[in-house]
Amino acid sequence: MAQWTSLSEAIAENVCDGDSVALEGFTHLIPFAAGHEIIRQRKRDLSLVRMTPDLIYDQLIGAGCARKLTFSWGGNPGVGSLHRFRDAVENEWPAPLEIEERSHSDLANAYVAGAANLPFSVFRGYAGSDFARVNDRIRSIACPFTGEMLAATPSVRPDVAVIHAQKADWKGNVLLWGILGVQKEAVLAAKRAIVTVEERVQSLDAPPNACILPSWVVSAVCEVPRGATPSYAHGYYDRDNVFYRAWDKISRDRETFNAWVKKNILDTDSFADYCKLKNDASAQVATA
Amino acid sequence: MSVPYSPEEMMTIAAARMLRNGAVCFVGIGLPSTAANLARLTHAPDAVLVFESGPIGAKPPVLPLSIGDGNLAETADTVVSTPEIFRYWLQGGRVDVGFLGAAQLDRFANINTTVIGPYQKPKVRLPGAGGAPEISSSAKEVLIIVKHSKRTLVDKLDFVTSVGFLTGGEAREKLGLPGRGPVAVITDLCILRPHPKSRELEVASIHAGVDRKEIAESTGWDIKVSENCEATETPSMAELDALRDLKARTAIAHGMQGEEA
Repeated sequence: MAQWTSLSEAIAENVCDGDSVALEGFTHLIPFAAGHEIIRQRKRDLSLVRMTPDLIYDQLIGAGCARKLTFSWGGNPGVGSLHRFRDAVENEWPAPLEIEERSHSDLANAYVAGAANLPFSVFRGYAGSDFARVNDRIRSIACPFTGEMLAATPSVRPDVAVIHAQKADWKGNVLLWGILGVQKEAVLAAKRAIVTVEERVQSLDAPPNACILPSWVVSAVCEVPRGATPSYAHGYYDRDNVFYRAWDKISRDRETFNAWVKKNILDTDSFADYCKLKNDASAQVATA
Repeated sequence: MSVPYSPEEMMTIAAARMLRNGAVCFVGIGLPSTAANLARLTHAPDAVLVFESGPIGAKPPVLPLSIGDGNLAETADTVVSTPEIFRYWLQGGRVDVGFLGAAQLDRFANINTTVIGPYQKPKVRLPGAGGAPEISSSAKEVLIIVKHSKRTLVDKLDFVTSVGFLTGGEAREKLGLPGRGPVAVITDLCILRPHPKSRELEVASIHAGVDRKEIAESTGWDIKVSENCEATETPSMAELDALRDLKARTAIAHGMQGEEA
């Protein structure tokens, strides 16, 4: 059964140094608050998994939390590069980062295999590409019936999955909607799962077939309003495109990035503090 | 009557024209999304736009900034999970056209979006594959849209992320890939198409105001011109209006200056 806890307790209890951790959310519902809390608690040597590292992993990588990254598309969507990710790969700053590079189709299939308790996933992919040359975990397997050669890759089985959702009820049953990405699969593939939600409600009032994660597959559920910003929560708030563009400048330079992390994450007590700081700053800009 | 337009507008419009009405099109963000949405707003109102984040049949009023913008979900016929998009819809053989961009492209329309320089010690670490490797192999056909330069159209890729015709000739068929592969590469100078036998990209259509020398000088290999090379039809007023309106709406919606949109 999911325990309703504070986010700091959930991270302290469920994320250990050295764990493999998947914070998922495909552009939508990215669990930024949880990412900040991992940085705030100075977790180290994490093996991070995520289809699109996005700003959330750029922050974790730049802050020195990661040892390894498994990913399939590492850019700032609609803007350009993830500079902290690039600096880690190109210059080993702030630490060397081992990468395991896959395709979207591969990682999506690998989460499904993980959720289905299978050791590997099978799909049509990678034929003719250079991926297998640089990643010996990308292999192929012959169909036992037809002999067709198919891609075979290890399933994703993280120690911890972290997602953000719109609602959870008092028992900890979680409801999410809109663009769902691989969040359900990530939770079901992981040993432990943390879910942050926009709001705690009496009843989910969801139709049959809605995407619901029952309380008993979730370890901790935390009420964190705006916990996905600068990503968005469908029905609650929009994507903060201005911040995604601003990140290009913040993250380009190591010192500017360090100063941003110190002020916005390490020197704040919670994500609510960070949101207030950000609001005050935009209010100042607006009145200037 | 000719209306002034930019090379990028010509490229986007030429790419949009390639998408036939009713086609199911798997769309990437950036130039492919602009071209596919322009097609939907002009000659192809029934084109079905599929995005890897899960929306099927999205009809966004403005161009998405990310592949998972809320307006894609709100305007879609249905929104499925990302595993379902790749498993049932793309691998399932339900995508007619894959619309891709590229950081590097070679003469056989193979694509690199992974690294510039050696993989283990890259000079530039690019974003990586995303959905492209499986789009390029499983979509029934592929359109590629890139700005024409020696840095992009190169003699040899540093990494093959997504395959076109591999080493040319029958190489793709021998590998048994489900889709036919790239049918056209649309640039801001011209349209390239694979030679029917060698599968090497050749200049098939040249945009107005561009000469063969400029194309040759902007290409990293000794590019051939097809015997049947044509002049690209210039953009119509209707096409330009639709594209400019779309970009202006997008800039307002995303709070951008016009240049950024």
